[in-house]
Amino acid sequence: MGKYYDLLMNDVRMVEGLKACINCGICTGVCPSAQFYKYDPRRIVDIVQSKDDDAIEELLKGDTIWYCGECMSCRPRCPRGNTPGYVIQALRLISQKLGFFVESEKGRQQLALKRVVGESIINVGYCLYPKLVDPEMHPEQGPVWKWIYDNDTKIYPKFSPNYLKEGVGAVRKINQDSLDELKRIFDVTGGTEFFEMIEDYSEKKAIEMGYDSADDSYFNDIYNYNSGNHQ
Amino acid sequence: MARNNSWQEYQKDIADDKYFYVRSCIRQNFFPGSERVFLNILRNDLGLDVKEEAIHTSCTGIGYHSDIVPLETIMAVVARQFALMTEAGYENFISSCITSFGIYTEILETWHEFPETEERAREDLYKATGRVFNKPKNLAHTSDIIFHHREKIAQKAKFRLINSKTGEPLKVVDHIGCHYAKLFPKKGVGGSEFPYVIAGMVDSWGGDIIDYPERRHCCGFGFRNYLVKANRGSSVANSQKKFESMAPYKPDLIVGNCPGCSMFLDKWQYTIHEIEGVAYGENNRGIPTLTYEEMAGLVLGYNPWDMGMQMHQIDVEPLLDKMGVNYDPAEKYLGVNGEYIGRPEDASINTNCY
Repeated sequence: MGKYYDLLMNDVRMVEGLKACINCGICTGVCPSAQFYKYDPRRIVDIVQSKDDDAIEELLKGDTIWYCGECMSCRPRCPRGNTPGYVIQALRLISQKLGFFVESEKGRQQLALKRVVGESIINVGYCLYPKLVDPEMHPEQGPVWKWIYDNDTKIYPKFSPNYLKEGVGAVRKINQDSLDELKRIFDVTGGTEFFEMIEDYSEKKAIEMGYDSADDSYFNDIYNYNSGNHQ
Repeated sequence: MARNNSWQEYQKDIADDKYFYVRSCIRQNFFPGSERVFLNILRNDLGLDVKEEAIHTSCTGIGYHSDIVPLETIMAVVARQFALMTEAGYENFISSCITSFGIYTEILETWHEFPETEERAREDLYKATGRVFNKPKNLAHTSDIIFHHREKIAQKAKFRLINSKTGEPLKVVDHIGCHYAKLFPKKGVGGSEFPYVIAGMVDSWGGDIIDYPERRHCCGFGFRNYLVKANRGSSVANSQKKFESMAPYKPDLIVGNCPGCSMFLDKWQYTIHEIEGVAYGENNRGIPTLTYEEMAGLVLGYNPWDMGMQMHQIDVEPLLDKMGVNYDPAEKYLGVNGEYIGRPEDASINTNCY
């Protein structure tokens, strides 16, 4: 009893985010995700403070902890100074470290986030850049974005002296020395290892689910598939 | 009285000059002209010193809030940004992104509450890069800077936020972005309950702010809730909740504090119209959605196409016409060399008749 709770409490966000929940439910009342998903942050915090290993493991392996959008609307409203969003961040960290995230549809999406956002950070130094927002993957961006995407080299230089070139300005190319420094920061702090861990657990799960690997069809399925069982 | 007393707690110190500026992944991607006009206003209109840095990277905040970048990693990345500021001889750090502003605020507060985390960040940064850093004396979002100088901008105004045909103030909806003040309310002008950073600009420049019921609701971004295609229903549904709440007040424009929110409040209007045929602005069209830099630029008389307002999905011309801003429609679709580069396909939300 309490082994997962003890793991969670190694995270400073848990120390800051969970004092004593009185189950008032105001976090759920203001939560944008609770208004869309079958999601109740009050219940999650209550389970965590119960220290019940079985119940916490169910959270770590389930979809529920992945519904939160980390907007932190819960934080300023809690009358006891808790932050359910911080508790979620700690749960998600442990879920990934223990390999439990691949057991749920929403958890498996971590591979897509690692490959899209994570690799962009390492490769170009930005979380996103114009050519990453492919209109095929982002139809909601509309026809103006497609026009920008197709004409980027004629549009961005109107607003930046160094579009995709070294120097100052919007969407500049970050020099290789800086990208190397960024990569070393990831290496030294465990960021690289974390990426590799997401890949390894996803690869094993993909094969277990009958895919050849975690590439191509597995990636496309986790990025696009919605079972419709979440609302 | 209680409201006034609460407001007094949410003033913040904002440095007057000598800023070290870091860009935003989202703003430079979707609103590159806003970043340029911000720098032009500070340097050319206000005569202030702003240092741009070529080699800072993303703060990695979108990765952190997608739970793929560990806390220790983002702390060392932020430490590197502070090191670049220190090496450049600056002390006032300003960020063009609300996610980043939240990250910088949270990390400084965490280092204060848990000093061992700052010690580790310093060790990690030195080991990875050989760099050392001082913490900023002053941390602000770029909108705080425009807010701080809003009266000087008002004195130089070429246009005010007034309907030039009726003389009535324009009705403005603001959206300050969750991570501006929900993480640490006292670090944002007006906090999360009495948001005043955009409202203060609007008050100074002649418009009326609408305090609509869902003003404080999230735009719906939710990081993984947008970034993964399967989850985007959550994102658009939350924006729709805001549009439905603001529409009865007939806003003339929406102004976003956060680059992501500004993009979503622009693009989701298109999406909702494509899916449901619903529009929330006048004449069954969209509500023009601006960044605060664009709003400041219009007030100062900048050419809307030089600020990148052609990159919005919702046409801004109805707003420009109301303000009496002169613009050349033919310039809208010109490339960097002044050549016509074609135009986007029409979207029905922009083509419904007046």
